Amino acid sequence: MNSQLAAYATSNLWLIIIGMGIITFLIRLSMIVLLGNVKISDTVMRGLRYVPPAVLSAIIFPEMLQPAPHGVLDISLGNARLVAGLVAIATALISKNMFITIGIGIVTMWIWPFIIG
Amino acid sequence: MEHSQSSPRREFWAGVKSEIPIAIGVFPFGLIFGSLGVLGGTPPLIVFAMSSIVFAGSAQFIGVAMINAVAPIFSIWTTTFFVNVRHVLYSATMGPKSQHLSLGWRVLLSYLLTDEAFVVTAWHYDNDNPEDLTHKHWFWLGAGLTLWVQWQISTAVGVVFGTQLPESWGLDFTLALTFIGMVFVTLKGKPMWGATLSAGAVAVAANGLPNKLGLMLAALTGIVVGMLLEGQGAQDE
Repeated sequence: MNSQLAAYATSNLWLIIIGMGIITFLIRLSMIVLLGNVKISDTVMRGLRYVPPAVLSAIIFPEMLQPAPHGVLDISLGNARLVAGLVAIATALISKNMFITIGIGIVTMWIWPFIIG
Repeated sequence: MEHSQSSPRREFWAGVKSEIPIAIGVFPFGLIFGSLGVLGGTPPLIVFAMSSIVFAGSAQFIGVAMINAVAPIFSIWTTTFFVNVRHVLYSATMGPKSQHLSLGWRVLLSYLLTDEAFVVTAWHYDNDNPEDLTHKHWFWLGAGLTLWVQWQISTAVGVVFGTQLPESWGLDFTLALTFIGMVFVTLKGKPMWGATLSAGAVAVAANGLPNKLGLMLAALTGIVVGMLLEGQGAQDE
């Protein structure tokens, strides 16, 4: 037995990514096909309206409060991603503009370390 | 608003237009994906092909990391499932609005149902003459294809020029910044705010849970809180 793991054969690499693609696709397709014969209640329909903000927010806040690469909770002015995120949120609410929000967020993330020295 | 003049072409280009700011916002994310994959040792063609075959950013990031670490194939697939299972909620949102479409359309649009395309599309379905579904799927197609084209280009650029992108630029955070724009530019009303903040809080608190369980828990909390606040608001009136 070789003690060192060999990297995958090329055919296995293709198998891996095709498998990943099928899994992802079937998840996305699932309810679009299955719901065909089911009548959805109004309550569920109302609940589904909260899906976009709930899911995105669940991705956003850990990125701000538990920033890469360590992923440890960091609520301090030294956390440039937290500051940049909060500035971006304020910018989004005021400007109602995607470009300005992303632009100001990136610039804040870059210059913040210099501002607090 | 020009509701009465809805047409496939008009809807398609409206979808493209809505998606462009988001596509530009996540461009750096594609660059980073391409560069990280190649730098870690995955063959460039595989990294590039992933962006069309898988077409799901966060799962691709974790996927190349696991490929570079020579993880067992089955564990890569399991992880893919858990990272992407949130899309069931997107599918359930769009499902009832897609029943008049042919299977071909539903397959194509499912393939294009990314976070980024879903959010603008769901908003459009809800806010632009919600009763009229006649040509709305063209909007979905426009938004989805725009993100798709962007994702292929940004991955390719990342694969080719990846080694020259300094990690200190923090470009991976542009994904979160883009999502902030997607949520907060249109956020209004107490139930929506409640859903957003409660989901964020639970996600942070439950971040240590395995298999992205924290993300699903957070999303479901947000949905429940939003509905409870909505019910409360209705009682107050």
